[in-house]
Amino acid sequence: MSITQPAEGIAVTPRPRRRRRLRLSPQLVSLLQVGPLGIILIAFFALPTLIFLVVSFYDYDRVGIYPDFLLDNYRDLLTTPATLRVYLSSLKFAFIVWGITLFLGFNIAYFLVFHVRSRMVRTVLFLLCAIPFWTSGIIRTIAWIPFLGRNGAFNQALMQVHLTEKPLEFLLFSPFAVCVTYVHLFTLLMIGPIANSLAKIDPALLEAARDAGASRWRTMADVVIPLSKTGIALGSILVFTQVMGDFFVVKQMSGGQSASIVSALATEIQAMQYPPAAAASMVLVLFVALMVAGMMRVVDVRKELVR
Amino acid sequence: MSARDPRERRPWTFYALASLMGLFLLFLYGPMLVIYLLSFQGPDGGVTFPMVGSSTFWFEEILRPGQMANIPAAFGRSLLLAAIVSLLTVLISVAAGMGFRRRFPGSGVLFYLAVASLVMPSLLVGFGIGLGFQLFGWEPGLFTSALAAQLTWTLPFGLFAMFAVFNRFNRAYEEAATDLGASAWQRLRHVTLPILLPGILGVAMGAFTLSYDEYARTTLVAGNRNTLPLEIYALISSATSPTLFAIGTLTTAVSFLVIGATLALVIRLQRRRAAAAR
Repeated sequence: MSITQPAEGIAVTPRPRRRRRLRLSPQLVSLLQVGPLGIILIAFFALPTLIFLVVSFYDYDRVGIYPDFLLDNYRDLLTTPATLRVYLSSLKFAFIVWGITLFLGFNIAYFLVFHVRSRMVRTVLFLLCAIPFWTSGIIRTIAWIPFLGRNGAFNQALMQVHLTEKPLEFLLFSPFAVCVTYVHLFTLLMIGPIANSLAKIDPALLEAARDAGASRWRTMADVVIPLSKTGIALGSILVFTQVMGDFFVVKQMSGGQSASIVSALATEIQAMQYPPAAAASMVLVLFVALMVAGMMRVVDVRKELVR
Repeated sequence: MSARDPRERRPWTFYALASLMGLFLLFLYGPMLVIYLLSFQGPDGGVTFPMVGSSTFWFEEILRPGQMANIPAAFGRSLLLAAIVSLLTVLISVAAGMGFRRRFPGSGVLFYLAVASLVMPSLLVGFGIGLGFQLFGWEPGLFTSALAAQLTWTLPFGLFAMFAVFNRFNRAYEEAATDLGASAWQRLRHVTLPILLPGILGVAMGAFTLSYDEYARTTLVAGNRNTLPLEIYALISSATSPTLFAIGTLTTAVSFLVIGATLALVIRLQRRRAAAAR
C-alpha cells in the first residue's frame, strides 16, 4: 500500500500538558470495540438457535405449540425414509458442485495469480468474476430458465449449428439445471479464498522447484496445492454449506424432481408445525456443524484470517 | 511477482487456463445477458426467443396499477433497509475488526460465533428469530426482525473483510502518529480511517448489495411489508411475462450502479494517494 498524504492535524505541536484521562486497559478497549458485534450475534444468532433447540422438544397441535419435553419430533424425523432420501439427494448435489467449483475455482485462481502479469488486468478479471455475486441470486437463478428451456437460447443455438435435431429436454427442470445454477452462483466462493492463499506463495518457490528439476505436475502437487490448502478448505466450507442450506434453487430448477432439506423444512414452517420444523433444523445444524468442524481440522481458519 | 522477461514464451498451460477463464466468464454472463435482452421484448413477445420487435413495454408494465402494484414500494423499502444495514455493518465491523487486533478474553468464542453465523443455513436464522419474536409476543417487522436477520449475515462478512483489510495495514503509521503526539481520537480520525477507507467502502458496498438481494433470511421475519426480492419471489410462480425479466434487469442495474459508484470512488482515492506519494 502506498503512503498516504500526510493529513492535516497530525503535525500539531504536542500539547504541553496532557489532559488527565480515564485510562482503559487495552483488553477493555478491545471488548468495547467488539461489544456491538457480540451483542447482535448473541441476541439474533445464538439465542434464536437455542430457542429452536428448546422448541424442538415441544408438543404441538393444529392450534399452537406447548412447552414439553418430547423426543417424538426427533423420532418421527429420524424414522421417516424421506429424511434419509432428502439428505442423500442434498449430499449428492453438494459433492458434485463441490468437485466442479473446486476444479474451476482452483484453475481460475491459479491463472489470475500466476499467469496474469499485469496487476490491472488481474484486478479487472477478478472483478468480472465477483460482480455477479453482488447481484440478486434469485434473478441469476431464473436467468437460466430462458437460456436452458425447451425453446431456450442454448437449444436454439445447438439446432442452428445442427448439433442436434430436436431440442434437448434434460436441460431445464432437472438435476442438471440445479447443478449448473449452483456452479453459477457459488464458484466465486471458491475463487476468492484460493486466490488469497495462492497470492501468499512466493513465486521464488516455484522457480526453485523448477530449477531443481520438478515437472509442472510435481510442482503443482508438492508445492502449490499444499500451500493453498487453507484456501481450498475455506472455499469448500462455503460452497458446501451454501448447497446444504439452499432451498430456492432446488425448488425452482429441479421441476419438482428433487427436494432439498431446507425446502422440506420450509413446508413444515408454513404449516406452522414449528416443533418438528425445529427438530429438523437442529439435525441439519448439527450435521452441517460436524462437516464444517471436520474441514476446519485440516486448517486453522482463525490463524489464517486474523493476524 | 518476480520480474520476468515479458517476451518470455507463454507455456501451453497459459492458453489452456486463459480459455477456461474465457469460457467461465461466458458462462457467468451469458444467461444474464439473455434476460436483459428479453426484458426489451416487444409487446407481443413471450418469455423466450425470438424477439418480436423491441420495446420498453414490460418496464412500463411495472408502473401500471395491477399485479405489479407492490413493486415500486417494495423497491423503496429494500433500498432503505439496505442503506441501514450497510451503515450499521460498517460501524460495527470496523470497530470489531480493530478490537480483534488484540487477543481479548472470549475472542475465540466470538470468532467461531461469527463463522457459525455465516455458514448457518439462511432460512433457519429467520426461523429462529421468528420463533423468538413469537415467544416474546412481538410483531415481526422489516426494520426490527428482518434487519436483525440480515445483520447476522452481513456482520460476519464485514468482519472477515476487515480482517483482510487489517492484514495489509501497516501499524507503523499509527505508532508514528502517537509519537508525534496525536491523541487516540486524532490517530483514528486522521490516520487509521483514511488509510482504511477503500476497504471500508468495500464493506459498505458488500453489505448493501447483500441486504438488497437477501431472500432466505428475510422471508420468515419480514412482517407484512415485503422487500423487493420477496416480491420477485412471489411473482416467479404467477407471472409468465417478460415483466419478471424487466424487474430483473432493473434490480441488477441498481446493483451495478452501486458497485460502479463504489469502484469509481475507490479508484479515485487510490489515484489521489499515488499522486500525493509522488
